[in-house]
Amino acid sequence: MRYLPHTDDDISAMLGVVGLKELDDLFAAVPGNCRFGGALQLPEAMSEWALEEHVGRLACRMGVSPEYSVFLGAGSYDHYIPATVSHLLGRSEFVTSYTPYQPEMLQGTLQGIYEYQTLTARLLGMEVATASHYDGATALAEALLMAVRITKRKKVALSRAIHPHYRQVVRTYFAPTGYELLEIPYLETGLTDLARLEEIRDLAAVAVQSPNFFGCIENLQAAAEKAHSGGALLVSGFTEALAFGLLKSPGSQGADIVAGEGQSLGIPRSFGGPALGMLASRKQHMRSLPGRLVGQTKDRDGKRGFVLTLATREQHIRREKATSNICSNNSLCALAAAMYMASLGGTGIRQLAALNHDKAEYLKNALRDAGCAIRFSSPTFNEFVVGFPGGYDARYRRLLDRKIVAGLPLGAHYPELADHGLLCVTETCSREEMDRLVREVTA
Amino acid sequence: MSESIGTTGLILNEPLLWERGKKGRCGFSMPAGDVPPSPLPAGLTGDGPDFPDLSEIEVVRHYTRLSTWNFGVDTGLYPLGSCTMKYNPKINEKLASLRGFAVAHPLLPSEFSQGALRLMFDLERFLVAITGLDAVTLQPAAGAQGELTGMLIVHAYHRNRGRQRTKILIPDTAHGTNPASAALCGYAPVPMPSGPDGILLPKVVAGLMDGETAGIMITNPNTLGLFEANILEIARIVHDRGGLVYGDGANMNAVLGVVRPGEIGVDILHLNLHKTFSTPHGGGGPGAGPVAVRKDLARFLPVPRVIERNGTYELSEDFPESVGRVMAFHGHFGVLVRAYAYILSMGPDGLKQVSRLAVLNANYLREKLKDVLHPAFDRPCMHECVFSDRNQQGTGITTLEMAKRLMDYGYHPPTIYFPLVVHGAIMIEPTETETKEDLDGFIEAFRSVVREASENLGVVREAPVRCKVKRLDETAAARNPCLAG
Repeated sequence: MRYLPHTDDDISAMLGVVGLKELDDLFAAVPGNCRFGGALQLPEAMSEWALEEHVGRLACRMGVSPEYSVFLGAGSYDHYIPATVSHLLGRSEFVTSYTPYQPEMLQGTLQGIYEYQTLTARLLGMEVATASHYDGATALAEALLMAVRITKRKKVALSRAIHPHYRQVVRTYFAPTGYELLEIPYLETGLTDLARLEEIRDLAAVAVQSPNFFGCIENLQAAAEKAHSGGALLVSGFTEALAFGLLKSPGSQGADIVAGEGQSLGIPRSFGGPALGMLASRKQHMRSLPGRLVGQTKDRDGKRGFVLTLATREQHIRREKATSNICSNNSLCALAAAMYMASLGGTGIRQLAALNHDKAEYLKNALRDAGCAIRFSSPTFNEFVVGFPGGYDARYRRLLDRKIVAGLPLGAHYPELADHGLLCVTETCSREEMDRLVREVTA
Repeated sequence: MSESIGTTGLILNEPLLWERGKKGRCGFSMPAGDVPPSPLPAGLTGDGPDFPDLSEIEVVRHYTRLSTWNFGVDTGLYPLGSCTMKYNPKINEKLASLRGFAVAHPLLPSEFSQGALRLMFDLERFLVAITGLDAVTLQPAAGAQGELTGMLIVHAYHRNRGRQRTKILIPDTAHGTNPASAALCGYAPVPMPSGPDGILLPKVVAGLMDGETAGIMITNPNTLGLFEANILEIARIVHDRGGLVYGDGANMNAVLGVVRPGEIGVDILHLNLHKTFSTPHGGGGPGAGPVAVRKDLARFLPVPRVIERNGTYELSEDFPESVGRVMAFHGHFGVLVRAYAYILSMGPDGLKQVSRLAVLNANYLREKLKDVLHPAFDRPCMHECVFSDRNQQGTGITTLEMAKRLMDYGYHPPTIYFPLVVHGAIMIEPTETETKEDLDGFIEAFRSVVREASENLGVVREAPVRCKVKRLDETAAARNPCLAG
């Protein structure tokens, strides 16, 4: 086997050194009644080319573009990834290294993540950002646990317009803690009903997502004021990081912690993962942050360098008192996001975000003109909720036969939005594709 | 000694991203708009982030130079104990980036995701075969999230039986993630000393395991590189008193095809696909931490789960007792593809040979170093060997300094100061993919470092001198944190 370099001579020479005859003698410390006597029930080894053919066939059994027009976002977005990002990210010095516990040997990863933290903080309008989390949902759950630690209160409120899967993950993380989770409904405008917050006392955090699950742009400033007036923190979530190329940043509107998904920033959808949990906060909460942080320092000659820092928050030092159990995070995905943000630049990200918005508005207006119901009146970014003439669900099935995935049916998550769907448009959708969708919807 | 592979070459400086570039440049192929502009109301828009504007070649040079300051498995021997830094096959990278997978949306209707679902279903079956357990979730994103998922299952199990428990037994050799994961579920970790031979004694477990204790978290082989030979007896004690046995599979690379955890009393086990199953570590992830469980615990696994019906696959959330969702979608699918490809490349015999050779390499290193470094335990090891700094005490040299000096010889240092129970621990895990010649080079380098410690202390204390930077001041970094530029 090509991954196993030992020749028979190597094996016998090495066994000789350790004073054994057979390879199986190496397992003398394993008692007989702990040994597995059988053979693993697995397929026999495949050659590289047979494997490539086999997996290649599986990869063909997927409904993807260009064969399909996919107007589906809901937390996983189709953005163009520059060839430079994939190419640079594939450099094996980045790919095959590990957590930089020995910083002198891993300055590439460390400077790269320091830059990622910086660009992320700038994107979100915050002061510090962590090195990465698993995904937007776990970042949100960790942000809320962080708010509980900071405020020493045991109750958090989540907007119902937060991605339903994110709320499920938060529920999973909170289930064994005894902390209370409340849900805040949304209004006919598609925005969170912030007035409800006035009835609730002693919240650790108020969590809203903007743009929210329906694509609607929340009033974060109002949310921050409401949260702060009751002594709670505002945790601002997001699933579409590109939006902040155009929208006001959560930090500039008063968010205390920002947590969300960075998949849009140069990371393939890859059937949902790996993606990128982004988490940022005000500097005053820095020591309560979960996960890895890279900091700047100097070497013995006074030269700039980077290290993992504030490790006393972390599990390998603090064990059960750590701010999180996280160890491996999604470092390579964070590096991809940094490469993508660097490729776009400040000028580029604004243009691209505006283009995304223009395209989504084009489809929204065309559908409205064609007689479709646009469910919410609030301004949206990239996504919007729609009903089709003659019913969304029936039309959705018919469009699948025509190789169009017309968004995400919402009934399973929001019974009150049954027969509605969440449509998504990004810069990769052409006007022709959108026109075709409109024609098919009204055909 | 023969010529060291560590040497100096031309190392280029490279500024921070925002110290480069000029306003107006762009490294992105911006498409022309084919729709009319539709500005948002002014009150909603901001100034946009203050990013530097760079051209394509500036981005390429920046990251290419950064990469040359990094050391990976593809560069050389990376014997970081407990991390299983084995070779990461290149075909797996190619397969994970196949267009059908790379652009697949996670919420497509099942009939349009058959390839991915079939792969996940089969990978679950492979992991069932390897662990000897009955059901698997692939959703957890990394080992620590696998542990959390396992602890959530323990929590759900006890709640389901009508009485929650408050504590969990964790050996003093455990990874820090174990107590941290248990604490997230409200369990107070009870530290358990290992016996004089470095393994757990049943009587210690019997003395601590009571009706308030939810179970035990046990890593086998443990972080001293020793097989917990009393595992069957320990599991019996824990089960008799109503607890569950959680297996931390971080060290599974030692026992593939040799031991199946499900057959030695383990009820729940996580695997690290980025360790045992060759997926790259990525400078700190993404990994994947699937969890395998006994049949009667399968109902608690996270949703959605992949099910098969008449040859077609679908995702089902219809498991009312599930602990819920632990990730937004289906876990790190791209990592799963790589592990699936690895298992198919190795086959059953190949996987067993992996563990034999991993254990051979570790014992060979141990034998060749044991006259200069003090083995923590005087007995053969499994996939990693652990030394203490006893031989170096009085010489003025520390474990940290030896580790730094190894860099100058061209090797990534081993894990140091872990496990905590060994003074000045040096934990070496070579993995099976290293050649005898590379091991010999590492052995020679380490012996040379030990010799330098008595002959030329200054050169060791100065190390490293061949990296991009010299010894970095970690204390200053923590005292005055500068986390963004």
